[in-house]
Amino acid sequence: MADQKNIKLVEQSQPMSDFERNPGVPLELDWVRDVRVNRSAVERRTSTLGTRRSIKKTWQAAWLIKAIQCIDLTTLAGDDTPGNVARLCAKARNPVRADVMQGLGLHDLQLQTAAVCVYHNFIETAVRAVQGTSIQVAAVSTGFPAGSVPFEHKVRQIRDAVALGATEIDIVISRNLVLTGQWQALYDEVKAYREACGDAHMKSILATGELATLRNVARASHVCMMAGSDFIKTSTGKEAENAVLPVGLVMVRAIRDFYQATGYKVGFKPAGGIRTAKESLVWLSLMKEELGREWCEPHLFRFGASSLLADIERQLEHNLTGRYSAHHRHPMA
Amino acid sequence: MEYGPAPESRSDVDRWLADHKASFDLFIDGSWIAAKSGNKFPSHSPANGELLAQLSEAGKSDVDDAVKAARKALPAWQKLGCHGRARYLYAIARHIQKKSRFFAVLESMDNGKPIRETRDIDIPLAARHFYHHTGWAQLMDSELAGYEAVGVVGQIIPWNFPLLMLSWKIAPALAMGNTVVMKPAEFTSLTALAFAELCQAVGLPPGVVNIVTGAGETGAALVNHEDVNKIAFTGSTDVGRIIRRATAGTGKKLSLELGGKSPFIVFDDADLDSVVEGVVDAIWFNQGQVCCAGSRLLVQENIAETLYERIKARMENLRIGDPLDKAVDIGAIVDPIQLARIRELVDLGVAEGSQLWQPSTPCPTEGCFYPPSLFTGVSPSSTIAQEEIFGPVLVAMTFRTPSEAVALANNTRYGLAASIWTENINLALDIAPKVIAGTVWINCTNAFDAASGFGGYRESGFGREGGIEGLWEYVKPHQRKPGPAKKASKSKPSKPPMRMGIDRTAKLYIGGKQVRPDGANSLIVKDAWGRDCGEVGRGNRKDIRNAVEKAHAAKAWTKTTSHHRAQVLYYVAENLETRRDEFARRLSALCGLGQVEAELEVDLSIQRIFSFAAYADKYDGRVHQTPFRNVTLAMNEAVGVIGVICPDESPLLAFVTTVSAAISMGNRVVVIPSEAHPLVITDFYQVLETSDVPGGVVNIVTGHRDELTEVLANHDDVDGIWYFGEAAMARKIEYASAETMKRTWVESGSNIDWSQIDNYPRFLRRATEVKNIWVPYGE
Repeated sequence: MADQKNIKLVEQSQPMSDFERNPGVPLELDWVRDVRVNRSAVERRTSTLGTRRSIKKTWQAAWLIKAIQCIDLTTLAGDDTPGNVARLCAKARNPVRADVMQGLGLHDLQLQTAAVCVYHNFIETAVRAVQGTSIQVAAVSTGFPAGSVPFEHKVRQIRDAVALGATEIDIVISRNLVLTGQWQALYDEVKAYREACGDAHMKSILATGELATLRNVARASHVCMMAGSDFIKTSTGKEAENAVLPVGLVMVRAIRDFYQATGYKVGFKPAGGIRTAKESLVWLSLMKEELGREWCEPHLFRFGASSLLADIERQLEHNLTGRYSAHHRHPMA
Repeated sequence: MEYGPAPESRSDVDRWLADHKASFDLFIDGSWIAAKSGNKFPSHSPANGELLAQLSEAGKSDVDDAVKAARKALPAWQKLGCHGRARYLYAIARHIQKKSRFFAVLESMDNGKPIRETRDIDIPLAARHFYHHTGWAQLMDSELAGYEAVGVVGQIIPWNFPLLMLSWKIAPALAMGNTVVMKPAEFTSLTALAFAELCQAVGLPPGVVNIVTGAGETGAALVNHEDVNKIAFTGSTDVGRIIRRATAGTGKKLSLELGGKSPFIVFDDADLDSVVEGVVDAIWFNQGQVCCAGSRLLVQENIAETLYERIKARMENLRIGDPLDKAVDIGAIVDPIQLARIRELVDLGVAEGSQLWQPSTPCPTEGCFYPPSLFTGVSPSSTIAQEEIFGPVLVAMTFRTPSEAVALANNTRYGLAASIWTENINLALDIAPKVIAGTVWINCTNAFDAASGFGGYRESGFGREGGIEGLWEYVKPHQRKPGPAKKASKSKPSKPPMRMGIDRTAKLYIGGKQVRPDGANSLIVKDAWGRDCGEVGRGNRKDIRNAVEKAHAAKAWTKTTSHHRAQVLYYVAENLETRRDEFARRLSALCGLGQVEAELEVDLSIQRIFSFAAYADKYDGRVHQTPFRNVTLAMNEAVGVIGVICPDESPLLAFVTTVSAAISMGNRVVVIPSEAHPLVITDFYQVLETSDVPGGVVNIVTGHRDELTEVLANHDDVDGIWYFGEAAMARKIEYASAETMKRTWVESGSNIDWSQIDNYPRFLRRATEVKNIWVPYGE
């Protein structure tokens, strides 16, 4: 049975507003030019991330609770309706069955996911559904997922989303600017988005599966951070390649470089393809090992995921009972 | 968000130990046999001092029994043939895989290394070695045609990778049809004993593998056993020296894989974050107890501080503790003796003024643990920059330019491995051949595979393990059936009249010039009828010294293209051809050969030069098929400066064969020609001079052969010695070579029929070292 003393180490996450944002810095082309990424070496590191660290028993439960607190619970499907968006929000408010929370000794913890992430047209539904909680409403914007709409439309979409109550905006960058090395244009674009966001936090989606090389991922990360991103995010979930560890490692290292150069902390959001509790532990351990404990909190780390939560719930129940759990035993999103 | 304990279960191992009542005998002839002395010694777990088992100490007569068992098993094992042996190797590989977790836990408990490493590296690689060599067993007849097993092989392995080193040794030995007596390290014998059980389980014929436990004396008994045909040793350079001396002159084949102080070179355009992880894998893998550990960090000056800061930050995240914990990076040092040695060297480093940095991470105070350590401000003259620490201690130095990086990298007695970090492939592939090391890893480190050869230059030993280059250590050419004894030399031609010519005393040939001997002395040379027929310079130790210096200075020969070397050799042949009759007359007069015989020797010499000229650009390296996304280039490199001591037999042909073989591969040579018939070689100076052979590539010192040979054998800057002569001198050469681990090739001069050589690669392998360069790719 769980050692409840350890589980209690899990704390309520602090609200986003408590933390200083990255205001951005002038474009430094040197930082882009000096990027060095050796893919083979990066892959060697990521291939042992999961094998160098093993998290078991109550420690694992604590980590999984932390993972839930970092989830942007997401639905971005063509068949979304107000009904399933509301259901998603309900799950965000009550991510884990009450008896499991009770069993883990966490009934006092107001456990909820960090945010819900929806399409523009469902912002209002989501805002209503999470009212009274600190769950953020994140909207994908700027012509998500491909971003192939006119610039003015993108800026207007951000403004509209903020006006509708979205507190976090997940923008997509123009991949063509990366592929053709137009760093100034990319910087200007993202900076304009950031201005349009105002108080809303901005997550810049690099769509790394379409950037061709890890060096491009690192370069785009730097430009997006210089332009004032609060988070950099791997994928839309619509590219052929989703969040994978080598890409994550490169982005996380860029975040560290940026912090060391400017003193500003930028968050990281891997999104797409993360479906198992075990994977979530590897990502969290990546953050802890490469950036430190602080980067394992929702103001600096998010999972963009839709089905991850269901697997974590099963693991938590297993942790509690020692029996392997089934999906149907947990309320769906 | 702490990691918490994550222990691997040890219950299977505990049960196994209990089943054996924590006591083991010797594995001889397929059975478990108590040591005759009844002596036992304890084996402890270094993590907590726990007594794991009592092991038997094999004495001389136990070792003798094991060797006898191996000898007895040899004929049937060889008769089994390629496919028959391949089946056994395959079965062993499968069994290792099936019991992999058991082996991983046992190894971790016995050695103290983290379970992550035994589970993910040691044991899978051990299985891979047997799989790979299953294939070599299968292919031996076709890929190593003309070769056969050496015989009974004595193998002595270290404690740092117990089962893996066992596999590196046993797999190729068995594949090539040898039988084995293996002595594991006294600290870590348990996986070898479990392996013995595995041999029983697969039904390996008794005596094919024998395991004798014990310490240095047991090893000495094996090394000195008269009926052992080869010794393969991995361990310290000091013990390697003892073995080299002990086996000198015995005719035992020998391969040594010894210590290192391997450079880890970081250029300013490297991916520094990846470099940091490389450093972790280089020096904090297996607690730094790795012969090829990247223990000397050479970093370009302008990025040194940045890199040190990043390394320190990373060190804070290393977890030290219980080796069986699945979230531990650094386990226990193998034994208190070793721990004391590390402490002593670190203290010395501090005393000598280098800056020591250790992380704040907790390091257990019970058990044999040592924290990861970084020394900065180290200079090449510091003891810790020269001595192998064999612990988790990295010493860092800076360099300014690529050539200074190479100079620092090579400023060591060792030459095992090197790691080069840069995003510039031009730079990487420029540096790789310049670094003296058997393995060079580009943008990676400590990558191993059965398909790639591993072994050292210089005092890191000789011979390779893995790949086809490793197989040569376990084979010998088929013994030719002794043909009908050659008819005692045909009647000597009639004595030619002596003619009064212009007085001519041949000089020495050093650095492309004919020079007078330092001692201003000469020796009288007799012809075949015992008449004085001329004089040659009597070279002395200083002449040898000068010759070696000139040979070193002629580096350009090694760097030039093989096409160019071939051209020069063809030109030598051409010029010899124009003087064919003159050389034939000389041979006839000096050796009493008939005209036909003498002309034949000259003609064969010309052909021989052609053969090696042909090989100059055809003795290719390989690209090994290692299971990574990378190119593993096995490059043949010149040994360097080779001393060649020619036999009296076939004085011209033997000279031409050995010298052209050596220089075709880019070596420079110092030759001592036949003492009885030197004049035919001093005549050859003019051929060399007219053939564009650059000065210093071939240096010839005449004089008393034994005297000069000893000087060469004791010269620390001579990389190899080829000697064709008497057994007593052969022994002296091998003995003396232990000092600097020269590559020696000693053979009785009459053993080789110089007119019948058809296996040229046999010479070329002696003229080269295989360097494996790992080049991962991917963007």
